[in-house]
Amino acid sequence: MNFSQRMSLATDRPVDALVRFEDVKKSYDGINFVVKDLNLDVFRGEFLTMLGPSGSGKTTTLMMLGGFEQPTLGHILLDGKPVERLPPEKRNIGFVFQNYALFPHMTVAENVAFPLRYRGITGAAAKEKVRQALGRVSLEALGDRRPAQLSGGQQQRVALARSLVFEPALVLMDEPLGALDKQLRERMQIEIKQLQTSLGITMVYVTHDQSEALTMSDRIAVFHDGRIQQLSDPETLYNAPANRFVASFIGENNSLPCTLLGWEGGLAVVRMADGTTLKAAGANVSGMGVDMSISIRPENISLAGQRPHAGFNRFSGMARDVFFLGDHMRLSIEAFGGQLVTARIPALQARHFALGTDVAFECSISECRLLEE
Amino acid sequence: MTAVEVDRINVFMAVRRAQRPARRAALSLALPLIVFLAIAFVAPILYLLVTAVGNPETREVLPQTLRALESWDGISTLDEPVYAAFANDLKVAKDKSTAALLGKRLNYEISGMRSRVLAAARMVEKLDTGPYKEKFLELNKDWDSRETWEIIKRNGASFTPYYMLTALDLQQANGSIKRVQGDQAIFLDVLARTLFVAGLVTLFTLILGYPVAYVLTIAPKAIAGFMMLMVLLPLWTSLLVRTTAWVVLLQSDGIINDVLTALHLTSERLQLIFTRTGTVIAMTHIQLPFTILPIYSVMRSIPATQLRAARSLGAPPSSAFWRIYAPQTLPGVVAGCLMTFILSLGYYITPALVGGPRDQMVSNFISVYINRDLNWGLAAALGVVLLVVTLAIYLLFLRLVGADKIKLG
Repeated sequence: MNFSQRMSLATDRPVDALVRFEDVKKSYDGINFVVKDLNLDVFRGEFLTMLGPSGSGKTTTLMMLGGFEQPTLGHILLDGKPVERLPPEKRNIGFVFQNYALFPHMTVAENVAFPLRYRGITGAAAKEKVRQALGRVSLEALGDRRPAQLSGGQQQRVALARSLVFEPALVLMDEPLGALDKQLRERMQIEIKQLQTSLGITMVYVTHDQSEALTMSDRIAVFHDGRIQQLSDPETLYNAPANRFVASFIGENNSLPCTLLGWEGGLAVVRMADGTTLKAAGANVSGMGVDMSISIRPENISLAGQRPHAGFNRFSGMARDVFFLGDHMRLSIEAFGGQLVTARIPALQARHFALGTDVAFECSISECRLLEE
Repeated sequence: MTAVEVDRINVFMAVRRAQRPARRAALSLALPLIVFLAIAFVAPILYLLVTAVGNPETREVLPQTLRALESWDGISTLDEPVYAAFANDLKVAKDKSTAALLGKRLNYEISGMRSRVLAAARMVEKLDTGPYKEKFLELNKDWDSRETWEIIKRNGASFTPYYMLTALDLQQANGSIKRVQGDQAIFLDVLARTLFVAGLVTLFTLILGYPVAYVLTIAPKAIAGFMMLMVLLPLWTSLLVRTTAWVVLLQSDGIINDVLTALHLTSERLQLIFTRTGTVIAMTHIQLPFTILPIYSVMRSIPATQLRAARSLGAPPSSAFWRIYAPQTLPGVVAGCLMTFILSLGYYITPALVGGPRDQMVSNFISVYINRDLNWGLAAALGVVLLVVTLAIYLLFLRLVGADKIKLG
């Protein structure tokens, strides 16, 4: 990070960064870096998700923040103070692990009371805090049970209660919902988010589930190959992916190779493989590279009317397959010289065409994004 | 019975019938082992139990005598008919060469009986007719003693508590049971010694093995693999070889003493071989894998996040270890210790080769009674004592920690 960047960081977010990663690098073997040049601020009170495929460096980053791994280079500031050499027990950070890591030989109440003993809270005061913490996750009645006697969802809540009972300013979560079934996971997402908002705590959440990230987060950092590919709020991430990786990782996407011909009124003019020219928004594109692609989300492609609309790209394609999915149809279209494009169109519209014939499709130019590698 | 109940029973029977082929198949798979165990394990143990209380010698050799003694009140002087019956029995015994057996058996209870019985047998062979009483008294006036006949009469029963009592340093005298005094009382000492040595070995294997098991679980794969090999290597070596190796190492001019004196840790060479210290050292080494492996298998099943979670909640490393990790290793610790303790109770070769006369364990005495004294009854009785003590300790452990807390696999 050079000086001007540091200044801009400093002016943009002067004091409310609870956590700051400064040029953090992590390597286990001294050759390959799992985390490369990480610079990241986590603001006080925000819900930040680190999203990425396995091996992208997100969990390592979380472990460094939790104190279980040391950065090879760089600094981690917690509340403005460097903590790289501070052991986990001195950081006062709540941590919820993937497998919950409840202590099987202790009851639920003993589990929740565990962090209190190290903070000098015992007896009636501890009991009251445990009661409150279990109440927060609606488990008051189960204090005497052993973790093994609880369902997965209940264990998850106990882990949550245990990480919150000592009122840490920061709570870290490592794929905490991975072991739960879909319905329970969705309910827990909402509950965790509500707890975070109502308690005003800062949460750093690691997941590889993009819908989880989109649902819960204030901001999402997309990790790939040890770097943050994009850091933004969920809507920007979905609507304006910064690069091809983010576009393909978040939501469904058609990534179609193309050549940039030039610019016209702020829009890029590109030539597709079969010679069709399309227009695309390309805010993030810097040069005139050949290795480019436009990305179009399936839901942004629709059947075209008789006449072209202003502001829309029009192209023809042949429907190969149609899948009925209740409220919508998924089309597999062959277009641009043999490439498969997926489209999602309302079921009503889809009645009006036959498989294997050329059909005209359209897509709003602002939803076609030119991306570099 | 209502129709519904009848129906339910029919369904139940149908389910049982449907499962029968599967049950039979499962049984037939286990059958060879069941048969093998019954023949090679259960039957010998039953035989051992019977031998410990069995008392066939007197009954078989002296049937007429015992019949003649039936009406004896144990106080009055015995008359000719008893001696005549005794003489007849001895004649038969002489023919069948069973007199020595009787002599040996009676000798356990009164020393000198063996030669008296054999002398009497030789004498009656030469006599054709009675009266026999004087002849017996001429031979040895103890043939008139009440004690002798009391013991013969008592041993007419098919079962005797004699061996079991002896194995517990007890004896039967004048119809009451009392403690054996003086240098005859050895077996309780031996039992206590056996328990003490086994306990000591268990403690040392735990102290040495627990950290090793922990390092095995956290070490990088290559190092853990090598360490595991080091742990298992002794298991793949014959017990006799390992014990003999210790005999070599523990010599007064052996390697251990050489090193100790070279480092000036001791001014004179230590007596290690033929001592209890040596026995415990060798046994600890041999038993280490048995303690380590169950602990290791339990430790491996404890997720690494347990310690991390404890640390993140504020526990310093030592506290996290003792409060969170160690309690979860308890099933392995109990299993490993139980295994080593029980195996140590039965040690034979190592104390025999490395220990001195004062370090011999119950097994060594069993072997002596079987191989040298041919006193199978007492050997079996000592075996029963060992078996009962082992079972008692196992049950005690079960009671103390619960069956689910012992993880042998």
